[in-house]
Amino acid sequence: MNAPVAELLPVLLALTLGFTVVMYVVLDGFDLGIGMLFPFYRDEADRDLVMNSVAPFWDGNETWLVLGGVTLWAAFPKAFGIILPALYVPVIVLLLALIFRGVAFEFRWVAKPRHRKWDIAFAAGSTLAAFAQGLVLGGILEEIPVRDGQFAGTPAWWLSPFSVMCGLALVAGYALLGATWLLVKTSGPVEQRARKLATPLLIALLAFIAIVSIWTPLQFPRIAQRWFGFPNTLLLAPIPVVTLIFAWLCWWGIRRGNVLLPFASAVIIFLMAFLGLVVSNVPYLVPPTVTVWQAASHPTSQIFYLVGAAILIPMIIGYTAVVFFLFRGKLEPGQGYH
Amino acid sequence: METVFGVDAALLSRIQFAFTISFHIVFPAFSIGLSAFIATLEVLWLWTGKQHFHLLARFWTKIFAVSFAMGVVSGIVMEYQLGTNWARFGQIIGNTLGPLFAYEVLTAFFLEASFLGIMLFGWNRFPPWLHTMASIFVALGTAISGFWILAANSWMQTPAGFAIENGITYPVSWFEIIFNPSFPYRFVHMMIATYITTSMVVAATGARYLLGGRLQTEAMTMLRMGLGMLAILAPIQAFVGDQHGLNTLEHQPAKVAAIEAHWEDRGPAELVLFAWPDQQGERNLAEIAIPRLGSLILTHRWEGRFKGLKDFPREDRPPVAPVFFSFRLMVGLGLLMIVIGWIGCWLLWRGRIANARWFLRPLGYAWPVGFVALLSGWMVTEIGRQPWIAYGVLRTSAAVSPVTAGQVLLSLVLFVLCYFVVFSIGIWYIHRMIRRGPHTVLHPDTLPNRPLAGGRPEEEEAVAP
Repeated sequence: MNAPVAELLPVLLALTLGFTVVMYVVLDGFDLGIGMLFPFYRDEADRDLVMNSVAPFWDGNETWLVLGGVTLWAAFPKAFGIILPALYVPVIVLLLALIFRGVAFEFRWVAKPRHRKWDIAFAAGSTLAAFAQGLVLGGILEEIPVRDGQFAGTPAWWLSPFSVMCGLALVAGYALLGATWLLVKTSGPVEQRARKLATPLLIALLAFIAIVSIWTPLQFPRIAQRWFGFPNTLLLAPIPVVTLIFAWLCWWGIRRGNVLLPFASAVIIFLMAFLGLVVSNVPYLVPPTVTVWQAASHPTSQIFYLVGAAILIPMIIGYTAVVFFLFRGKLEPGQGYH
Repeated sequence: METVFGVDAALLSRIQFAFTISFHIVFPAFSIGLSAFIATLEVLWLWTGKQHFHLLARFWTKIFAVSFAMGVVSGIVMEYQLGTNWARFGQIIGNTLGPLFAYEVLTAFFLEASFLGIMLFGWNRFPPWLHTMASIFVALGTAISGFWILAANSWMQTPAGFAIENGITYPVSWFEIIFNPSFPYRFVHMMIATYITTSMVVAATGARYLLGGRLQTEAMTMLRMGLGMLAILAPIQAFVGDQHGLNTLEHQPAKVAAIEAHWEDRGPAELVLFAWPDQQGERNLAEIAIPRLGSLILTHRWEGRFKGLKDFPREDRPPVAPVFFSFRLMVGLGLLMIVIGWIGCWLLWRGRIANARWFLRPLGYAWPVGFVALLSGWMVTEIGRQPWIAYGVLRTSAAVSPVTAGQVLLSLVLFVLCYFVVFSIGIWYIHRMIRRGPHTVLHPDTLPNRPLAGGRPEEEEAVAP
């Protein structure tokens, strides 16, 4: 295989991985977010409605997490073998939290009228899962200790004010996605409640994004170099600018009673935040030790994966869109799918 | 190596993997079988227009939803555990097995997960043909997922189509990696096992309803379909298992020696019916054996010979006792299911099943038989693969992550607590739904302790018989 192709393949894989992560964060973000908002709804019928707004989709949404994991493994086995042991505890917490909130989707209906424990499992599991994902993100950004291509740190090396803050940031962000999703799917008191919750969540998310944007360049000179100075600052300016524009649109949409605009804007804010993190850390998968090219699997494996992904991911997007379309529109209060 | 209570991270990781996968496999196995059963019921409903097929399809879909959710959440654990606890495996084998797992997600998981929404929530929203199609897609998805995961597992048993460079495996032929020597046998054996397992549950449910004197039409349908499947598939499974055994003898002779507790190859082998294998002393205690029968079964010849455990260095032998006993349990339960299927079909044929309480009563309690056989079969093949994680390529002890024993002990304890609480409750819910029966499960508002003003939609009347 000639050199340019061998150089290009890992980039295509990295783009696929990035796409998968974005799909996961947006899709599972809103259904984890809905779990976090559960405690703010007291009435059983309201909770039924909130849960039903994601019930036909949650399983497909969570499958992007599975795809993210196997893509990391199939495409970048060396990074897979470093990141997961390094973040052992947060990953295990994430898995356990996903068990509690995942089974709650079915158990809650079957358990009725004794479903209170599954209300708690759904809310606590969703919140903890988001927080654990933030710890994982924070850990990766904070530079995993690596020696000879293996994780070489202590069990709790990832625990720091920064990673805890990343955890809280994802909790706030997913809750915003959840609240704005409820504006799309519900009406009446449930929607009004979500509208009231959305504004403080938006402010919290923006505050966390601002803190990360200041904190990371201060802590890591390589990130400061990336963002500040000519011409980078100018070229990268659209990222913060677009974030601010859509933050304002989101806020405006929430206040104006818009249906789709707040959710769409929240998604774009997430996209910009993700793009910002990518810019800060490119070309590393395990900053600052393992690059995309160093972590990549054998070219034969890369091609085999890419062929499948190129054919199947568009098909998946197609039928996922069909399912979202079939269950389109607002749910009326009291109306459920069960 | 650092240890807690004298146990290192490798052993704790093995215990954790064995524990989590044993819980996990029960749910996808049931999902594969049950989704095929539901799709069949729906096709029969569309074809004949008979309402009891519709009622049964809706009822089992409710149960499927609960089982499927448990399969999904316990499955994510399996995947990420390959990284958290088996990072060296992930790095060394990733080139060859990683893409297979990726294809499982791309071809199967999204298909199941997406159409599940329509299957669970689309009964009143969409036309029957669309719903039936969604159920067929879900059933197809579960089977495709079985294809890939068994290809990956079989490669770990009989690796092929790869090369090793700097201690890392590289793919040479994807066809040989996927269709490795043991894959066709293991795939067929497992798929039949899932259908048998589900048939036992369906037949047991039918037996309970018939004994309880309710839902006669539905009960008879479940008995006919469940027992019919058993009568046909259980004997086929015995034949497939035998062929699989010959394949294992060719590729993993140490596993077969452990299955048979066969220590020395000194002539035609006896069939050990019972023994207490003594791994240290390299012999069997309290052995009861039939001369030459072992050779006949494994080589299909009276004079056949096969290697004994002593032909392999001690460090290359699997633990004998668990493999030996699991295998006997699996075969015993397999034979029991053939008997259940044949007796049941004979009773159905003579029109005497409704009065055969001696048969229905034990059958009503026999629903776990398939699951126990399936789990013991997996224990035979997985423990029998030891001490290798990828047979002849990578030892289990060399595959573990650089994590501390303390971390793994913590996660193991958490998994045990979580699984016992969550999945015990889930299985109890399924049990309760089966006990309550279709009408109560589909109309929860009629439960005595359920207030009528629950804000739930009315089910369409067509459901009522």
